[in-house]
Amino acid sequence: MDWTLLVTQLLNGVQLGVLLFLLAAGLTLIFGIMDFVNLAHGSLYMAGAYFCATVAEWTGSFLIGALAALPLTFMVGLAVEMVVVRPLYARDHLDHVLATFGLILFFDALVHLVWGPEGIAIALPGFLDGRVTILPGIEIPTYRLLIISVGLAVAAGLGYVVTRTRAGMLIRAGAANRRMLGALGVDVNKLFTLVFAGGAVLAGLAGLMIAPITEANIGMGNGILIVALVVIIIGGIGSIRGAFVAAILIGMIDTMGRSYLDDLMKLFLSDQNAETAAPALSAMLIYILMAVILYFRPQGLFQPKVR
Amino acid sequence: MKFRIVPMAVAAALMAAPSFAAETVKIGFVTTLTTPAGVIGRDMVDAVNLAVEHIGGKMAGLDVELIIEDDGFKPEIGKQKTDKLVKQDDVDFVAGYIWSHVLLASRNSALKAGKFLISSNAGPSQLAGKDCHKNFFSTSWQNDQTPMALGEVLNKKGVKSLYVMSPNYAAGKNMVAGVERTFKGKIVGKDMTKWGKDAQLDFSAELAKAKASGADGLFVFYPGKAGGAFIKQYMQAGLSETLPLYSVYTIDSLSLPKFQKAGMKGVLGSFMTQFWAPDLDTPQNKKFVSGFKAKYGRYPSFYAAQSYDTIFFIKSAVEAVGGNLDDMDGMRAAMMKADYPSVRGKYTYGNNHMPIQNFYLREVVVDADGVWTTSITDTVYTNHQDVYAKECKL
Repeated sequence: MDWTLLVTQLLNGVQLGVLLFLLAAGLTLIFGIMDFVNLAHGSLYMAGAYFCATVAEWTGSFLIGALAALPLTFMVGLAVEMVVVRPLYARDHLDHVLATFGLILFFDALVHLVWGPEGIAIALPGFLDGRVTILPGIEIPTYRLLIISVGLAVAAGLGYVVTRTRAGMLIRAGAANRRMLGALGVDVNKLFTLVFAGGAVLAGLAGLMIAPITEANIGMGNGILIVALVVIIIGGIGSIRGAFVAAILIGMIDTMGRSYLDDLMKLFLSDQNAETAAPALSAMLIYILMAVILYFRPQGLFQPKVR
Repeated sequence: MKFRIVPMAVAAALMAAPSFAAETVKIGFVTTLTTPAGVIGRDMVDAVNLAVEHIGGKMAGLDVELIIEDDGFKPEIGKQKTDKLVKQDDVDFVAGYIWSHVLLASRNSALKAGKFLISSNAGPSQLAGKDCHKNFFSTSWQNDQTPMALGEVLNKKGVKSLYVMSPNYAAGKNMVAGVERTFKGKIVGKDMTKWGKDAQLDFSAELAKAKASGADGLFVFYPGKAGGAFIKQYMQAGLSETLPLYSVYTIDSLSLPKFQKAGMKGVLGSFMTQFWAPDLDTPQNKKFVSGFKAKYGRYPSFYAAQSYDTIFFIKSAVEAVGGNLDDMDGMRAAMMKADYPSVRGKYTYGNNHMPIQNFYLREVVVDADGVWTTSITDTVYTNHQDVYAKECKL
């Protein structure tokens, strides 16, 4: 067993996990608190990436791009909530799905019109473009370490806000019983708008952080949204802690599957069969995990106490 | 009696249709216009439009009518669009197809309807071998050929061990088979990654494995947007110093402008094999490249070159029969001669209607205007035929 490779792959798993968490956190809050299914969450992820890429291109600095992209994504979140989402709260889930699926098509076409089909690559500043040696023999790109740090910091901050502050108390109260919260004099509409836009910022942050690795692309959020939905289902809808645990779990399972499954399968299959079967199975692993977890815990790992 | 008007209008339209069809050459062109792969489709459609402009919109005196369809990067949609082209539009030629899996899914729809099917890019082994067909032609290459040429380059450079990465679909498997066929060293590791509309774009786990494998070189095939993502991560991981990159169809005129904009100098000087390059010295290529740059302000990609050829190829067939589009045998005989000005110069067709052509070594260079492009440095294969031709019963 090559230990340096194992540690590197564990870090890669954490990196994928924290990105998934940023996307899933907003999704689970919006779903859990507002009971709203938002398929267009991936479009906000894309918006963050494109805003960052555009500003970075103008100013020549990725960091300025990243800082500018967050308020811009916040505003897109506000606009989407006020124009499209708000009239739909009273409707059922099917209407939510139809409307937000339409939003995906709208945003993909809009990006195609404004930026063209080719996508934008983002140059990283020199100090982020290198590599760091964290342990002897283990060298990972500085930027990936930054993603892990930012992701963990945001997760900790979010955990603090939700469990220890008044705003977090309102959010949890909204998840438990939104009508009662309104009756107590809290402006539920305003709360929902802020939660939605806050979720948009988290998605935008995930998008702008992945953009220097994969480029900003049309439809980049659509594939990862499916995985984020798996995360919130495994974690328990509405639970931030569940989203975090499930995101790291999925990140690990996916990365480890891609890393070791073919070697593992070669133990009991011919080389050629293993080479064919391993990629197919590793793409299915997270869904198998979801099925197993849902069999034993249909509500997900961490179900918020009251619904 | 309002309801009677509609059936009458439909009947009138149906009667009008056949007389209209005889005056035009209808060409259906299936490519990808949406999803990030749409950038490839745009290059192909731009090239087709340029070619139609260069022939004055006429073939043997007939007007050319283009019908462009978007496959959405999905085999099932590509097949539906092909069905629509042959049944509803009744086109004379079905052309295009970037993706091998889309072409394989669409093959029967076009060929069983008795139409000519011309691949402007995809070259899956099945269509070159046992599933070859008298009405199927390619203006590109068979998938295995380019990586086979690369394998020869690796042998020449003294590479002893190789790590292989490729997407897990029809063409990806052909590319890997191609390099394995000619590369004489050892393949120390192989990753086939998820492909399609939600393709895997973060290669951290695979690159860590490649690095740990201690191979002399890294072979990759990542067409379209995945190529850009891969190159960025390859450089961020600092592998360019320890694990030299040898690629096919990964660095092209679509990705180079982005690399240049982002200042990724690491791609300069990297090698790949291909049947064509923008600086290939033929009169038709000069006309094509300068015309393309003048009209669209960028270098054409190889996808564009093959698409441009497709139109001239069809024109040679239509003119050989004097515009009599019912003469399928005459057009087929003309196409087998490949008697048209191709951007790659003169080539011939094998029994399976795949080109027998040269393959070159290309290097990423900076041109006279400071633009990053690819340039031919060596000829790897002369008049190379794919290995599946002998499985074809034609």
